[in-house]
Amino acid sequence: MSARWAGPAGLALWAPGPQTVGPAWRAATLLIAVGVLAPLASLLWLALQGDPSHWQHLADYVLPRAMRDTALLLAGVGLLVLLIGTGCAWLVSSCDFPGRSVLHWALLLPLAMPTYIVAFAYLDLLHPIGPVQGAIRWALGYASPREFRLPDLRSLPGAIFVLGFVLYPYVYLTARAMFMTQPAHLLEAARTLGATRSGAFFRVALPLARPALAVGLALALLETLNDIGASEFLGVNTLTVAVYTTWITRSDLAGAAQIAGVMLLAVVGLLLLERHGRRHQRFGSVQRMRAMQPHRLRGAAAWAATACASAPVAIGFAAPALYLLWEAGKRLQSGAGVSAALVASLGNTLALASGVTVATLAAGLVVAWGARALRAGAGWRPGVGAARVSVLGYAVPGTVLAIGLLTPALALDNAIADALGLRHLPLMGAGIVLVVACSIRFLAMPVGGIEAGLARIPPALEQAARLLGETTGGTLRRVHLPLLAPALATSALLVFVDAMKELPATLLLRPPNFDTLATWLYAEAARGTYEEGAVAALGIVLAGLLPVLLLARTQLGDTGTPGRAA
Amino acid sequence: MTASLHIEGIRLAYPGRCGLHVVVDDFSFALAAGQLGCLLGPSGCGKTSVLRAVAGFERVRAGRIRLGETLLSSPSVHVQPERRRVGMMFQEYALFPHLSAQDNVAFGLRRLAPAQRRARTQEMLALVGLADVGPRFPHELSGGQQQRIALARALAPAPDLLLLDEPFSNLDGSTRERLVREVSAILRAAGQTAILVTHNEAEAEVFGDSLRRMASASAA
Repeated sequence: MSARWAGPAGLALWAPGPQTVGPAWRAATLLIAVGVLAPLASLLWLALQGDPSHWQHLADYVLPRAMRDTALLLAGVGLLVLLIGTGCAWLVSSCDFPGRSVLHWALLLPLAMPTYIVAFAYLDLLHPIGPVQGAIRWALGYASPREFRLPDLRSLPGAIFVLGFVLYPYVYLTARAMFMTQPAHLLEAARTLGATRSGAFFRVALPLARPALAVGLALALLETLNDIGASEFLGVNTLTVAVYTTWITRSDLAGAAQIAGVMLLAVVGLLLLERHGRRHQRFGSVQRMRAMQPHRLRGAAAWAATACASAPVAIGFAAPALYLLWEAGKRLQSGAGVSAALVASLGNTLALASGVTVATLAAGLVVAWGARALRAGAGWRPGVGAARVSVLGYAVPGTVLAIGLLTPALALDNAIADALGLRHLPLMGAGIVLVVACSIRFLAMPVGGIEAGLARIPPALEQAARLLGETTGGTLRRVHLPLLAPALATSALLVFVDAMKELPATLLLRPPNFDTLATWLYAEAARGTYEEGAVAALGIVLAGLLPVLLLARTQLGDTGTPGRAA
Repeated sequence: MTASLHIEGIRLAYPGRCGLHVVVDDFSFALAAGQLGCLLGPSGCGKTSVLRAVAGFERVRAGRIRLGETLLSSPSVHVQPERRRVGMMFQEYALFPHLSAQDNVAFGLRRLAPAQRRARTQEMLALVGLADVGPRFPHELSGGQQQRIALARALAPAPDLLLLDEPFSNLDGSTRERLVREVSAILRAAGQTAILVTHNEAEAEVFGDSLRRMASASAA
């Protein structure tokens, strides 16, 4: 066989050349990429299968309203997160005021709050006969809710308010990293050219930060699109809610797939926005120059800044967290204790999160190791492609993923059941389909984390190990795994907590009679019973705090280096 | 355990933006068993690419590389790096940061029984004059010590051929000359076939039996 057969890029599987992974590993890498794409392909197929009359019904009655509500929700949340995220990021990076050193990381705390938990808390907090409205009436001297009440939270503006105050950290994180690394001399140049302090912000700092803002905005809006709990509790009929009700209530899988297809268009738009931002981000942050010095505020201005920067923390984290603590404490003190069912769902949550963590980390390791290069610029091309494909799951909303996964999973399940003569469906029943769905959705975290970790290990270490007689697998075990341990631990923590919080896919794919803390809370909120919901929510928030504190420590260190958003 | 090397008319190329970018074309070089060879040339002349091809990190588009009687590389054959019995000393030493000096040296001795492995490790540490630093980690060693550990590690499995990729380039003048002589003496004492790649004329003169100059013209 001559060299010509291998093609110019030398990417053919049979080309003789230095190997980075064996054939089994290559097959596993490609299989994972196919596994991530399979739900999307099956979704398209399902949507095309649907009865045209269904589509007519959806187009006439369901879609217009769901699309309008989703578009308004995305627009409102987008505006609010940009305003809060950029404003706070600028405030803590350009000004010094009391509490700044705490607020610069505390502003990340709402990341620990799943949207459905904040909605759950505010529904009670802002209830017409709840504590907040009661206090306002008392202060203003009104006697009953009939005389004075705030606008109902169960509305589109209410949902925008709740989601905006929980999701702004995505924009804050990217914007702040950008502001902290912007060279000070650019702003100084603007000032010497006659721009005021705010003029320099609007004409120099903000345009430079635009790519970073686009990335943060895209992540926040993907979360909005993924959200099912908050929208449903607050009565906003988004596309996600429409997918859920079309499938569960009307048992119309094809119709649900068609709505999910519409959602995918929105996802593609947001992904393009994110990619666009990331492409331009590089140019903005390569320069390493003297960063700007915060300007010390005095008197009323200083306290106004403190108030402005604390408000998002108070609304997005402190108030709902205190409410959950209070309610959970009340419940536990009343002697009712914790029901056995809640303990069981905690066990389920931990089991699910552990399973997802193990599966996701293993898949991430396979993909990232398969895509690495033995020397600079010479990775196995199909492996690199598989790595790019395998991380797309984070953008696919949980409901969409669940619908796409259901058909191939059921087909496989039925085949296995037939072959083994089983009466039940082994994969669905054991929760394996749910673990796969969560793994697809969270695969981007370990792949990104391990690839970043591998990038810090010089290729010469692998070359040295190989020349000392070690195989690729042995090199991974003896050299790279020990060096990757911190990256693996961080990825494991992020995936574990996200799997604990996951609601939409869990709702749709869980085995019968299987509740996690999230679905438990969802069921209570849907029934409006509010009994042990606060205890379940508190458990999720406490777990969620761990990665946020880790993020605060690593991303917002004194160097202020820009990093990837989680 | 050392063998002759025959590089016969190899061509090395990378896929670039406009087709293949040929780095080395029709390059030949031979070294008898136990000889010390030297590839001398400016950066970009392809000398490191030749070294990597011998190590098995690049495939050859034409020509052959033979070590003793074994065919290592040709357009249709590529022996994987771990099966070539070729050792290498890297420019940045590439010591494993999570392993102590002695574990670094023992890395390639996995097939030996534990007692033999310990003995061989000690022997290698003594050969490079560092018998007492075994338990220390790479970051606790000086630059010169790291370099000698890297040499001990490369020699420990008794490779048929040793490759040295500009291992002296980070050192200043007097230390450099002393170390070149030292390493050359150690290799001669062991009867080791070796190739040194360098851009430093004096280093090349001191080190080898056979010298091959590579001009950057061959990159065209």
